[in-house]
Amino acid sequence: MQIRDILSFSLLAATANRGRTLLMLLAMAIAVSSVVVLISLGDSARHYVIDQFSTLGTNLLIVLPGRSETTGGPPPLLGATPRDLTLADAMALNRARTVRRITPIIAGSAPISVRSLEREMLVLGSTSELYEIRHLALSQGSFLPPGEPTRAEAVCVIGQKGKKELFGNQPAIGRWLRIGDRRFRVIGVLSSSGVSLGEDLGEVVIIPVAAAQALFNTSSLFRILVEATSPEGIEQTRKSILDTIRVRHEGEDDITVITQDAVLTTFDRIFKALTLSVAGIAAISLVVAGIMIMNVMLVAVSNRRAEIGLLKALGASRTQILGLFLTESTILSSIGAGIGLVLALLGMRLAAFLFPQFPLQLAPWSSAISLGVALITGVVFGVLPARRAADLEPAFALMRR
Amino acid sequence: MISLQNIERIFQVGDEEVHALRDVSMTATDGDHIAIMGPSGSGKSSLLNILGLLDRPDTGSYELDGVKVSELDEKEQARIRRHKIGFVFQFFHLVPRLTAFDNIALPLMLAGMKQDERQARVTAALAAFGLGNRAQHRPDQLSGGQRQRVAIARATIMQPSVILADEPTGNLDRNSGIEVVEILEELNRQGITLIMVTHDPELGRRAQRQILMVDGRIEREAEG
Repeated sequence: MQIRDILSFSLLAATANRGRTLLMLLAMAIAVSSVVVLISLGDSARHYVIDQFSTLGTNLLIVLPGRSETTGGPPPLLGATPRDLTLADAMALNRARTVRRITPIIAGSAPISVRSLEREMLVLGSTSELYEIRHLALSQGSFLPPGEPTRAEAVCVIGQKGKKELFGNQPAIGRWLRIGDRRFRVIGVLSSSGVSLGEDLGEVVIIPVAAAQALFNTSSLFRILVEATSPEGIEQTRKSILDTIRVRHEGEDDITVITQDAVLTTFDRIFKALTLSVAGIAAISLVVAGIMIMNVMLVAVSNRRAEIGLLKALGASRTQILGLFLTESTILSSIGAGIGLVLALLGMRLAAFLFPQFPLQLAPWSSAISLGVALITGVVFGVLPARRAADLEPAFALMRR
Repeated sequence: MISLQNIERIFQVGDEEVHALRDVSMTATDGDHIAIMGPSGSGKSSLLNILGLLDRPDTGSYELDGVKVSELDEKEQARIRRHKIGFVFQFFHLVPRLTAFDNIALPLMLAGMKQDERQARVTAALAAFGLGNRAQHRPDQLSGGQRQRVAIARATIMQPSVILADEPTGNLDRNSGIEVVEILEELNRQGITLIMVTHDPELGRRAQRQILMVDGRIEREAEG
């Protein structure tokens, strides 16, 4: 038989019975669209999280005080707390060859006031390097001046939203504000770079690290951000950070170094696994649709016994009958998958319209997957009915009306 | 040339064995017109199924045009059916969703003939059987006689050497029946072997040989 004839014969047979065809298409469409939508949602979530992490900066290492893993040995008698990270520790890291720049960070929340207006905001004590490391952008003025980090100049850079709340539409540059009981002069306003991992940069006040030490009356750092010279240098940088701090902390490994890469990879893995498991659950509906296809095809075979007998009498071989019925179930599942894909596309468009803040879109490979899955389902669940048709004895098939 | 030797066919119905054909032997030369007659359940249809390669005998051999077809595999038997045997059934067995044209074209399609070649042959066949203006009608839009003419056109489109007809008039009114029989007899005069199963003694008498079957055996054969 010519392929064109097989297709047109099967298509006509598949669509001859409207009711059953519609039912089957519906089942397949729902199954495929739910798989595609869930995969796409998972994939969008993954992209969202990874994008968020990427805004942190490039080739970034984060040094935290304390160990994240526990080691063996007896518990210390006096509840030894990890040694603080100090400004001197941070400056010592700068000496490694693979380090491009570092910046210490002290974070805390404090009341910020301008005359009678008062707001509780996040105060970050840092250095001029923070600007490059975190890829910040200014809308007005300048960032913290470079220089010795131990100098506590009374200047600050504020976030876009904080500026609005404290100064309204008036210019803020050169004005003074009060953090706790200290006065700072505003030298810059950040441009709105949005939320980055829970730190709302719109409502932040950045001051020199030494000023923050005095403000919060502490010498210990919240963390140190280190930027390596290249992605290849990250691992070496991590080692040299650990070595440097060990020497400075009397042989104790009492810090944790997180590389951005490791965090990204972990999140990537988590979200991929999540997407796959959700897709797996949705795939159950594909199986249901497949069984429905099988059921409908079995009914079609027993309804068309006489026709099958006739085709055999006219010279159709077993293989030809098998091919005709497999083509029929595959055509049905493919059309169903096509409808499902359109439904999924519309669904994702609607979701993207309703939640514009999330980057929702169809996963690029989902159309290929759905077509493949539909073909496989059509073939797999079409095999049993098609074999039953092919194995019919023509003499018996023709006997009944 | 058809030759059956000692054909046995036994069906298992529940735990009972039904002997559908017992030691049947017969021959038919090209251009024969044979009527197979007999009461219900005498094995007429079983014999026709064996002749048409729709069923395999349990023992015995079947030779068609010098080929031992009973020993061929399924695929080759399908090829023999396609090229050498045309079937005409009591209930027409037209595919309901296909037009008269497409029903007649079915064997050509299964044989893999290209569409433009089919077009010419089917159009000629439609004209030959007086169905020229019925090409795009579906079976449910045709009369009984027209349906059987479509079926005969389909059975002959591959130019077979044998036509096997199972009660071809059994579902037709008298006039359509006569019309159909005359068509079949005309094909027979052109040299096609015609083997017809029938209940109707009048129809049987028109054949040049009559085979009477009783209880799975050929009871007697008459000429004339």
